[in-house]
Amino acid sequence: MGMFEAILLTVATAATPLLIAAMGELVVERSGVLNLGVEGMMIMGAVAGFGVAQLTGSAWLGMFAAILAGAAFSLLFGFLTLTLVTNQVATGLALTLLGLGASAMIGESFVGLPGVRMQSLNIPVLTDLPVVGKFLFGQDPIFYMSILLTIGVTWFLFRTRAGLTLRAVGDNHTSAHALGVRVIRVRYLAVMFGGACAGLAGAQLSLVYVPQWVENMTSGRGWIALALVVFASWRPWRILAGAYLFGAVTIGQLHAQALGIGIPSQFMSSLPYLATIIVLVLISRNKRLTLMNTPTSLGKPFVPDR
Amino acid sequence: MRVELVRRQQHSALFSALSPFIALFLTLIAGAILFALLGKNPVSALYSYFVEPLTEIWSWHELLVKAAPLILIAVGLSVCFLSNNWNIGAEGQLIMGGIAGSILPVVFPDFQGWYVLPMMLLLGMAGGMAYATIPAFLKVRFNTNEILTSLMLVYVAQLFLDWIVRGPWRNPQGFNFPETVQFNSSAILPEIWASSGRAHWGFVLAIVAALLVWFMLSRTLNGFEIKVLGRSARAGRFAGFSAGRLTFFAFLVSGALAGLAGIAEVSGAVGQLRTTISPGYGFTAIIVAFLGRLNPLGIVAAGLVLALSYLGGEAAQVSLGISEKSARIFQGIILFFVLASDTLIYYRIRFVTRHSDAAAKGA
Repeated sequence: MGMFEAILLTVATAATPLLIAAMGELVVERSGVLNLGVEGMMIMGAVAGFGVAQLTGSAWLGMFAAILAGAAFSLLFGFLTLTLVTNQVATGLALTLLGLGASAMIGESFVGLPGVRMQSLNIPVLTDLPVVGKFLFGQDPIFYMSILLTIGVTWFLFRTRAGLTLRAVGDNHTSAHALGVRVIRVRYLAVMFGGACAGLAGAQLSLVYVPQWVENMTSGRGWIALALVVFASWRPWRILAGAYLFGAVTIGQLHAQALGIGIPSQFMSSLPYLATIIVLVLISRNKRLTLMNTPTSLGKPFVPDR
Repeated sequence: MRVELVRRQQHSALFSALSPFIALFLTLIAGAILFALLGKNPVSALYSYFVEPLTEIWSWHELLVKAAPLILIAVGLSVCFLSNNWNIGAEGQLIMGGIAGSILPVVFPDFQGWYVLPMMLLLGMAGGMAYATIPAFLKVRFNTNEILTSLMLVYVAQLFLDWIVRGPWRNPQGFNFPETVQFNSSAILPEIWASSGRAHWGFVLAIVAALLVWFMLSRTLNGFEIKVLGRSARAGRFAGFSAGRLTFFAFLVSGALAGLAGIAEVSGAVGQLRTTISPGYGFTAIIVAFLGRLNPLGIVAAGLVLALSYLGGEAAQVSLGISEKSARIFQGIILFFVLASDTLIYYRIRFVTRHSDAAAKGA
């Protein structure tokens, strides 16, 4: 395996959780809901995935548990913001704080245990192709899911009636409601989809990326995913590009650390966070463009009149 | 059956006052259920969590030690949240305040005298302030989302602290432990009643800050401006208030207070700089701010409650064998219940059954 191929593979592994979580949040935000709890849902997915895989010995069962955990956890956010119309920013923060705390307690007995790694694909001949073989045909199942998810979300949002309805709810919930769309129901489904995606992203971390449990192992990835949605101006394919860009930054700084260029490792480790800030500044500089792309009802409370 | 919200004509003064108490009550019930699920007797568990830490004088001191940073930060955050500026990077501003305030005792340990401590506190405030200027500037100048930038800067600050304590500021006589030199005595924030416990003057600073900000919010034009712009940016613009100026103001105040919390913690509670100087006070303070209903005086009470949850967690670990991390679950649950109870202020909740729905339609 060549150097280039190895780097490509690690970039994909670093990009996949960002891609999945951001894709879920994209759907949530397109429906007009801002869920800042991605980090919390992701870490709940990571701990549930690790725990169930550890208990059953099956990484697949772990993955499904993570998806369920993420979706169930997001319902807490949904109930507060959609049914009780609480402030979305504050509630999302609450979800993140609770998720980080709860996962730390649940995972306390998992610390140091060897994890169950999800097996990578291995197709004779194809996987052994030079340069691209491993990248295209030799990765873990969650990588392929992330690509399918990108295609699926694009198709759903822009090619189906349900997707049109979801975007209508996000752009103007009052009109959508007047047309007979059940705004709250659409948003509940979107929030749960976002939760499921964040859970899957967490499973990728604890079953593929580093198959073990470490407290706070998401280390800000949920927040970077949120930034990616803004960066992508709410378009699925740009999220793919953004996620790989961030994957490349993450891996690039790790390689630079390993090479021992005279810069302290802490400075290199802060690069992904600084890159997020720089990218956000670049993208939001143009106020009109941002306003044009943002779902108009994003973050606004909705109480149906009957 | 479904839940339906009916908007009140006027917000309910009753529930405004009651909502934090409803939230705390519900948290206790949720806690009892949690303990029961863990196989503990809920009553004795809640007792050792929330009452036992208050039975001894030294643990009252610990309560004040933990409440001081929470109150300082949350008071600043109330200015931010009231004006719709979502500064959630107080943890980073705390760290930067701790580092900036430590410059004198670490780099110039021979510089001693009564004037050192005030200078350290000022430097700490300046450090937190400078760090909070970054998200404020990016928001005002480039329209960048302050939630994400302020949060990203927390990770950067944590890494910077790690580097400076392990690298240039490491104590050369410290057997390679990642910590700086012990502060000299003139750089230590003294205890209030040294004979009975550890509580230091940071708590007094927190009370003073709460009173000052309370006065500013409720008695000055600046406070009025904050509330108007926070509730309706449009109305604020018509009144001639500048949102950009206010964003800077809110971030500078909360950054300064978070920085002060940082240096007070380092110089009062720890006595040296280490790779970790806060168990997430900057984030817990968000909960304190909301539980205190964004009112500085309410925040003093809320800060004591959340400080108690830290102590309860430690006590529960010793006496019940429950992880002290359970405190973080309590803290998260409190915020959920606070937010949910706030709904009662603006809405009446109606439970609609099919039966009553039909009756309403018939009428």
